[in-house]
Amino acid sequence: MPEDYEAPLLELEKKIDELASQPAAPAVEAEISRLRGELSEKRRQVFASLTPWQKTQVARHPGRPYTLDYVNALFTEFTELHGDRRFAEDPALVCGFAFYKERPVAVLGHQKGRDTKQKIYRNFGMPKPEGYRKALRVMKLAEKFSRPVITFVDTPGAYPGLDAEERGQAEAIAYNLREMAALRVPIIVNVTGEGGSGGALAIAVGDRVNMLEHAVYSVISPEGCASILWRDAGRAPEAADAMKITASDLAALGLVDEIVPEPAGGAQTDPEALFRTLDAVIDAQLRELTAVPPESLPGARHDKFRRMGRLGTEFLETT
Amino acid sequence: MAWFRRERSPLPAHEQESRVPEGLYVKCDSCKEILYRKAVLDNLSVCPKCAFHFRISARLRLELLCDGAWEELDRGLVSADPLAFSDTKAYSDRLRDGKRKTGSLDALVSAVGTLGGIPTVIAAMEYGFIGGSMGVVVGEKVARAVERSASERMPLLVVSCSGGARMMEGTLSLMQMAKISAALARLDAARIPFISLLTDPTTGGVTASFAMLGDVNIAEPGALIGFAGPRVIEQTIRQKLPEGFQRSEFLLQHGMLDMVVDRRELKKTIVRCLHTLLD
Repeated sequence: MPEDYEAPLLELEKKIDELASQPAAPAVEAEISRLRGELSEKRRQVFASLTPWQKTQVARHPGRPYTLDYVNALFTEFTELHGDRRFAEDPALVCGFAFYKERPVAVLGHQKGRDTKQKIYRNFGMPKPEGYRKALRVMKLAEKFSRPVITFVDTPGAYPGLDAEERGQAEAIAYNLREMAALRVPIIVNVTGEGGSGGALAIAVGDRVNMLEHAVYSVISPEGCASILWRDAGRAPEAADAMKITASDLAALGLVDEIVPEPAGGAQTDPEALFRTLDAVIDAQLRELTAVPPESLPGARHDKFRRMGRLGTEFLETT
Repeated sequence: MAWFRRERSPLPAHEQESRVPEGLYVKCDSCKEILYRKAVLDNLSVCPKCAFHFRISARLRLELLCDGAWEELDRGLVSADPLAFSDTKAYSDRLRDGKRKTGSLDALVSAVGTLGGIPTVIAAMEYGFIGGSMGVVVGEKVARAVERSASERMPLLVVSCSGGARMMEGTLSLMQMAKISAALARLDAARIPFISLLTDPTTGGVTASFAMLGDVNIAEPGALIGFAGPRVIEQTIRQKLPEGFQRSEFLLQHGMLDMVVDRRELKKTIVRCLHTLLD
């Protein structure tokens, strides 16, 4: 279903298609080329001024690259590992080892599905406790074998179901937060789509946190926030605006280190271009982080998160 | 001028639910028994008939747990409303109302006191302040309490009572989970005991960070404890939840808690735990 911000673009595309189906003539060719120019300019304009709610829709776009797409594009010899050794395997969170430019690394992230069958198999990218416990198991292996960890965050949230609660969803997330904070290998986090609350944060306590230009990262979904505060999920656009969930807002608040620009039209229009940009970012960060002594990483990571919520800016001290 | 004037504005619904209501007599939320209010208060706000635990304020909690006076920490921290948030009501107004209602500037009171003679850092959450929700001030106060506990090598006790992270401070609230957990990683490495006491309700980002990270996790009976709220789960699975789901006893059965302890036995039990863990 087209989203509202796409309407003017679709209209132009339709015009171009109509002209292209006409018999070829110099005048028609010229008009098509003019419209193409207009379309790309329009697309640039539209995507440069998306509202937070429109960004939420872009972040959820089914054509956007998912974790395994990044793994295929940026890594070689990916060897997936399965299971938390406690209860089950969770396909909503994929983990493994791979090579990044000849360097061995651990890579993990939320995985969504594209068709109905895959969506159900991946549980819409919503992990259960076993997913988070598997992720931590692999991160501990990474520490044991001195492999940097690279994560991809894209989830509506941790699965809010009966079985997930029974097996301690909250405990699984909490434990990951604490253990990631103390991990003695570099951690690079990439928020690529939806950063859905605790379910996202559970693999996002990193030395560097990157966020794609049109990704969102929030404490609750805009729909959830609107249904609680306004008692009307239809007011999600207002909630998206009020909660400050975009990459630029979060970078301004000091919660995100680097914004990764997306091609005009979003990651899905030209994934290859996005992969090249992200590749350069990860490569540079990995060089920086592998140059510092690993035992200094947990301290620096602690200090980074310790500064979130600053005296004088986000809170004050009165007497 | 009006002839009749309402003395106090009525408490919001969630508050009425569980706090011991005003008046000479009160009705127990659980057994519906009509009780002499003073008898309930003298019983640590536990129903003398059916042992239902009424929700209590952070300051009363400290009074019940500490041996005597305590020294309050970071009392003056106040949110700067970093997102200039407003929904049906401005967040700055909600903060002001919370202060008027609870006498605190945010949803947590932290202190140094003694428990059974053991100097301890104690932090208690205040449900009456925007549902005990966690924003940057709660995050900062817990992190400072953890740091105080580490630097003075005093055990830490955190009493949770919260609906989770505070929406009005957006992703900043979410990050408090990581901030506190990182501080707790250091306390863990320093081998200082941390006891987490979970009371009704403890949900969302509070459960998914410090409340579940105690060396010992203790809950009061019948407390709602979980990650997702029951309503969200019912919407997800499209069925009614079983009786007792996400209550303390259910979590004990599923291995998430060390014990469920009656409020009247709580102090004794915590002190005993501390004795078993301290040098």
